[in-house]
Amino acid sequence: MIDEKQALELVEMALSASTADQSEVVVYSSDSALTRFSNNYIHQNVFESNVHISVRSIVDKRIGYSSTNRIDERAVREMMARSVEIAKRRPPNPEFASLPGQSDYPQAQPFSEETAHLPPEVRARSVATLIERVREFDLSAAGSYATSGSLVAVGNTLGVRAAARLSEASLKTVVMGEDSSGYASAISNDARAIDAVKVAEMAVDKTLKSATPVDLEPGRYKVILAPEAVADMIAFLAYAGLSALSVQEGRSFMAGKFGQRIVDERISIWDDALDARTVGLPFDFEGVPKRRVELIADGVAANVVYDTFTANREGKSSTGHALPAPNPYGPLPTNLFVGEGRSSASSMIASLDRGVFVTRFHYTNLEDPLKTILTGMTRDGTFLIENGELTAGVKNFRFTQSILEALSKVSLVSAERELVESMLGLAFVPYLRIDGFNFTGATRF
Amino acid sequence: MKDISSRALDLAESLGASYADVRIVEEKTESVSVKNGQVEEIGDRSSQGAGVRVIVNGAWGFAASFCLDGNEIDRITALAVDIAKASSLVKGEEVVLSPAPAVKGSWTSPFEIDPFVVSLDDKVSLLLGADEIMRSVKGITLTRSEMDFFRTKKVFASTEGSFVEQETTESGAYISATAIREGDIQTRSYPNSHGSDSAQAGFEWIERLDLPAHAGRVSEEAVALLSAEACPSGKTDLILDANQLALQVHESCGHPIELDRVFGMEASYAGTSFLTPEKLGNFQYGSPHVNIAADATLPRALGTFAWDDEGIPAQRADIVREGLFVGYLTSRETAPRLDQTSNGSMRADGWNRIPLIRMTNINLHPGDMPLEEIIAGTKDGVFMSTNKSWSIDDKRLNFQFACEIAWEIKNGKLGKILKNPNYTGMTPEFWGSCDAVANEKSWRVWGLNNCGKGEPSQIMHVAHGASPARFRGVRVGIGK
Repeated sequence: MIDEKQALELVEMALSASTADQSEVVVYSSDSALTRFSNNYIHQNVFESNVHISVRSIVDKRIGYSSTNRIDERAVREMMARSVEIAKRRPPNPEFASLPGQSDYPQAQPFSEETAHLPPEVRARSVATLIERVREFDLSAAGSYATSGSLVAVGNTLGVRAAARLSEASLKTVVMGEDSSGYASAISNDARAIDAVKVAEMAVDKTLKSATPVDLEPGRYKVILAPEAVADMIAFLAYAGLSALSVQEGRSFMAGKFGQRIVDERISIWDDALDARTVGLPFDFEGVPKRRVELIADGVAANVVYDTFTANREGKSSTGHALPAPNPYGPLPTNLFVGEGRSSASSMIASLDRGVFVTRFHYTNLEDPLKTILTGMTRDGTFLIENGELTAGVKNFRFTQSILEALSKVSLVSAERELVESMLGLAFVPYLRIDGFNFTGATRF
Repeated sequence: MKDISSRALDLAESLGASYADVRIVEEKTESVSVKNGQVEEIGDRSSQGAGVRVIVNGAWGFAASFCLDGNEIDRITALAVDIAKASSLVKGEEVVLSPAPAVKGSWTSPFEIDPFVVSLDDKVSLLLGADEIMRSVKGITLTRSEMDFFRTKKVFASTEGSFVEQETTESGAYISATAIREGDIQTRSYPNSHGSDSAQAGFEWIERLDLPAHAGRVSEEAVALLSAEACPSGKTDLILDANQLALQVHESCGHPIELDRVFGMEASYAGTSFLTPEKLGNFQYGSPHVNIAADATLPRALGTFAWDDEGIPAQRADIVREGLFVGYLTSRETAPRLDQTSNGSMRADGWNRIPLIRMTNINLHPGDMPLEEIIAGTKDGVFMSTNKSWSIDDKRLNFQFACEIAWEIKNGKLGKILKNPNYTGMTPEFWGSCDAVANEKSWRVWGLNNCGKGEPSQIMHVAHGASPARFRGVRVGIGK
């Protein structure tokens, strides 16, 4: 993995070869390792070192892209020339205004060199610790322990120069018994914060408690969703409609609803890559500083996130949420937060006479982005709640449910929140009690 | 390339590896997309690197780098050995590979028109033309079209003496039109949704798709769906169009027959499989109309090659024979556990990933009846086409798919269109309810280039041959 100085030198070398009206260069470099285990042993164990450089060149509002992972001067010059050649081959985009200009950046999050280059035997020892604890209960563990160091550097011909590194450690496990399973995870920018024993014990607890699962008829239930399940739902909500592009194209549930209540007032959702409770860069892939954006405030549709192109369309400023160009998605929030409530997870369970506790969802997918109808399965720890207690594991359900409708039926929000991975990056989210959730089918385990 | 591979293999052996292989991969892609009359993207990407996989002390290690410099090859080879030693600290049974004769040779996938030589002007012009036709239909809100081209050059060498070179060229395209009105959003795509329908072919594949010829229909159907009735809820006879059935095969047959999943190697991510080993040869997966094979030799299909990423020659294997489950997709590591040898299903997504068991071309064989006869023989039912969303449980039993469009079937005839169709079921019961598969006339191969698996994530290009088929008593209209 190259460092900030080397990356910015690469950016300068590329930009010096630009013959376009404007050019933007992004360098991404990473050293990433992942130790994977199943059936209580390590079965895959991998490392990758990569550097990737990409360019967006603009000639008379015509945009060309090119990228390579060869970083010698000749290859980079060829890439720059190719992007201009491509740009000249396409019609102009009249809506393109400009790349962003120079900015000051917030301080990057602490970078752990030790985490970025954690030796394989250290990862193996952590996995051994987890497996050892799981074996004590005659259970079987599968999972992964991933560590990485990554760097993003952005520069353009208007003076943008930004570079930052991120370190990340992520331990996940699915513990399996004869007829039940349990999931737990931990993620941090510092591997020292990963507690393998705690992760093992959380997953073991769910596995043991959900043993001998009962059949429960599909139907409408009061549910407690744990953070993994909440994050899945919120990420799909953001994907469906919290991007300026989706609003501008009329395919977002936010279109025409700004200032109106769209979910329960207990729900506030925002994106904030600068918050120390998540892992994020201080700028986006255009080199625009990241800003906190209130997306849904006390149940009211507030804002969406912008990149430079979508912001220019509305005469606004980018919020610093550009993804690597080119992409069909537009800007997206990748460090989501859901505001905390006052309940504890245990008191939320205690509040229900009858309901279902969901640890996480599996294979969720949107059927209707405007109505935010999501389907998916429950997995790795689904429980029947009776008289305020988890009384039995439940065979997994299929749900078909509007996310907005679910968030309109929130009656309790936990004070405790957890950082979990989602399909859009990371989310720091609480437990939610939802008084009416549609389980439309069930499976056999 | 031989210098690099020999250097890595020699070093791995000298550091104690009982087996090692190296893959050196060079990839080139080009994408052109148009949205709402504007060119959205024209871009190219290239990537190259090498990955070294070793067995030391009976355990696996893998390291990869973008840099093909000799010193870097030495570094990642030594690191792969160190990683394998770390793996052996938490070891299961020693890795045993099924025997494989050393292979040597080269193979290039055929194409007629090199897509990387066709001018960008021609590509842009074709998409803009189709886009204009789509946008000419009143009521259309969004249009998008895309074409993608891939070229992969791959060298595989192993300490067992194999050295093979392969080069594949792939081309794909699609168009889609979306109509939005009063909280309703309807999309139609051609020839398939979710990106493109691709083949191991050149630009001739794009020409044969003839996107402009379908652009008007796609838009008209999207607009018509806004005013259509919703697909009713209940149990009915369901005929699936081939493009949807291809994904049904993919999710409910292709993934559960991956033997690494069966043995729990994907348990923490995508899940396991209901097709456990004792079912092999003893389990009625579907009705006698259901015949499915894995065929890595099918010309022009995305899952075709000469050797897999362990150097095993491409082959064809029966998976479901007259409804009976008879075969898995296997690797050199997993096959011996069933007293088999690998049937050549290991592929890696690039130089920086290890090979995993991946679908090749998993094909549902055509039946005897023309599609028209199947429809004519359906008194009351629904015909669904083109996938909108997909979901299936982690053992691949309970699934739910939504499609872009459906047509009511009444007394053997297709009737009015229906919007927001979806259906759900359990895999063996669903395939058990299949009572007709359309004949060769409506059979074709569908190329999917978005099959995800593994950690770190890998995306694979696979294909499925399918013709429309009928399923009796399927639950449709869920969540209405």
